[in-house]
Amino acid sequence: MLKSVLCLMLILYMTMSGRKGAKRYMREITYTVALREAITEEMENDKNVFLIGEDIADFGGVFGVTKGLLDKFGRNRVRQTPISEGAIIGAAVGSAMTGIRPIAEIMYVDFITFGIDQMVNQAAKLGYMSAGAVKVPLVVRAQQGCGTCEAAQHSQQLEAWFMHTPGLKVAMPSDAYDAKGLLKIAIRDDNPVVFLEHRLLYATKQNVPDETWTVPFGKAAIKRKGKEITVVATSFCVHKALAAAEKLSGKIDVEVIDPRTLVPLDIDTITESVKKTGRLLVVHESVTQCGVGAEIVRQVMEKCFRSLKSVPKVLGGASIPMPFSRVLEEKAIPQELDIIETVEKMIKE
Amino acid sequence: MTCQKFAKCLNRRLISEKAKINILRMMYLIREFEIASRKMFKEHQARGEFLGALHNCDGQEAIAASMGAIFRKDDYVFTTFRGHGHSLAKGAEPKKMMAELLGRAAGYSKGRGGSMHMFDPSIGLMGGNGVVGGGLTLAVGAALSAQYRNTDQVCICFFGDGAAATGAFHEALNMAGLWRLPVIYICENNLWAATTPINFGCPIKDISDRAAGYNIPGKSIDGNDVYIVYETLNEAVIKARKGEGATLIECKTYRHHPHCMVMPEHRPKDEKQAWLAKDPISCFENMLLQENILCREEQQKLRKDVRDLVAEAVDYAEKCPLPDVNTLYDYVWA
Ligand SMILES: Cc1ncc(C[n+]2csc(CCOP(=O)(O)OP(=O)(O)O)c2C)c(N)n1
Repeated sequence: MLKSVLCLMLILYMTMSGRKGAKRYMREITYTVALREAITEEMENDKNVFLIGEDIADFGGVFGVTKGLLDKFGRNRVRQTPISEGAIIGAAVGSAMTGIRPIAEIMYVDFITFGIDQMVNQAAKLGYMSAGAVKVPLVVRAQQGCGTCEAAQHSQQLEAWFMHTPGLKVAMPSDAYDAKGLLKIAIRDDNPVVFLEHRLLYATKQNVPDETWTVPFGKAAIKRKGKEITVVATSFCVHKALAAAEKLSGKIDVEVIDPRTLVPLDIDTITESVKKTGRLLVVHESVTQCGVGAEIVRQVMEKCFRSLKSVPKVLGGASIPMPFSRVLEEKAIPQELDIIETVEKMIKE
Repeated sequence: MTCQKFAKCLNRRLISEKAKINILRMMYLIREFEIASRKMFKEHQARGEFLGALHNCDGQEAIAASMGAIFRKDDYVFTTFRGHGHSLAKGAEPKKMMAELLGRAAGYSKGRGGSMHMFDPSIGLMGGNGVVGGGLTLAVGAALSAQYRNTDQVCICFFGDGAAATGAFHEALNMAGLWRLPVIYICENNLWAATTPINFGCPIKDISDRAAGYNIPGKSIDGNDVYIVYETLNEAVIKARKGEGATLIECKTYRHHPHCMVMPEHRPKDEKQAWLAKDPISCFENMLLQENILCREEQQKLRKDVRDLVAEAVDYAEKCPLPDVNTLYDYVWA
């Protein structure tokens, strides 16, 4: 029987994320609200921060992140555009070069392709080419993910492209707390930041502090402590890894690390963990080939090869365009069960 | 809102009675297909199965159906994410389309594509596209290919008003104009791009005015009037076949439903009411009744036959098996 990924998994993960975390906070917010709070606070703090993107004003964004911001900040600061991703990102770059601080929203990361020149040839390189004379304090927020049967042109996860482009920072928050904390820092950063949100995370809830907070770039989060194997997971896969770790508890003691930002990457936290556990598994939904996992494994191999007790592994997306049909889509990306099986195999090695 | 720029009206006798009935039948087929697909999606959703995005084209049938009546099987069509109507009018089979909507192995893309990605090169259906404006430059290529191979095939590229704002629009029409390619760009201006009204996306009233910049003819017409759409398109196709180059046609129309199934209605009530009153199907039906080409009984039978056909397609699709997961890596390479 096919079960709805959207409903079931989310309910599972929501209850989980409510339970974990040492402190209990009273205030519960969704990932969406967390992002909105970050944007609102930074816009209140700095009148130069503004939003630009498709369907973001009256409707509040197709995924609802900017709901209510038009009323609060007006059309000049919540600028709804035609369907022109190249010009959205280009205008964001140009305005960032000249002293204001844009947050551009790209509805699906798949369409960032139209602004790739502006991102890769322009934003990423202007600071360096001008020897620091030009600054590009830009955030490009994009939504990505799969699990909603939207097929090949709406399901890509492209963080590795940006990781491969020197000059771009890359953040991938996996929960509401990190989403807010990282986005605030991204907005204050004087460099171009690609901020990737997973669409299955928007509805997830978490208890958070009343007072505001930030989360620094380049600092991984140990989401679960363990001694026998290090599982590094990104974005939505953090929740799959945590669920797998929970199922394995009592049998295998799994440590789960979320790097939170891929550039800069906190490799030290990962290598410290691998030195302790001797085993490394990286899990992400984006394509395995030339992916984030490949880079993390390379760095770990170079830094602590001798600590490894088994061959490090990456569980990532299959090397295929994402298929539409649920049965195929589920098979194309790592699931909780795949993580459990892989961990069990690695421990036996 | 018939466009004043296009005052000349078709001599109704130019379309045969049979062709008119076929156009009406196709409009019914598209409408019934859309109604049934929504129902099917809702039922599956209620069972906890989410089937992705579904973009329906109810209200825009006059354009697709007219294309179907004019175009040859070997002509090319590039459509969008809102492409069920264009696909049916180009000759796609409702059964295989429904099966694809459900992600079944018997669907047009064997469950790989879904609603937005159905292809059948054997009937010139070069696919839907999930990318707004994604077909604009590909259509340049198909027209170039026809010109290169020295055939008289013509290519039509459908796109929305939203897509007219993309960079690809300029690059594609510039090349098409420069090389006098046999391509017809049909902008279905339904006044909204997702939740963005046309005046937030386009600074001019008629998108066809842009044709001047590419030295090709441009026309803005009432996209809900079959006779006007038919005549305008027919003229463009004849020109393209003769090697006289590209045309840009803007059809003013309206979609009867929200952008897609998962999106709420956000458009003004009165605007929607006014357009529902100009439903292309009722308008054309009435015209054919007035012209005595059709009587009430025939009309009802025509619609019922089409409804049955669509119901059969749904039945078929529901019974088809899902793709075998062992075929996951098939079709990555030719
Ligand atoms: C390049 C790109 N940007 C954004 C989107 C998201 N999106 C899908 S449909 C749509 C609106 C399209 O409007 P229009 O071209 O007028 O077509 P219509 O929906 O009216 O048929 C948008 C913004 C997309 N699919 N592709």
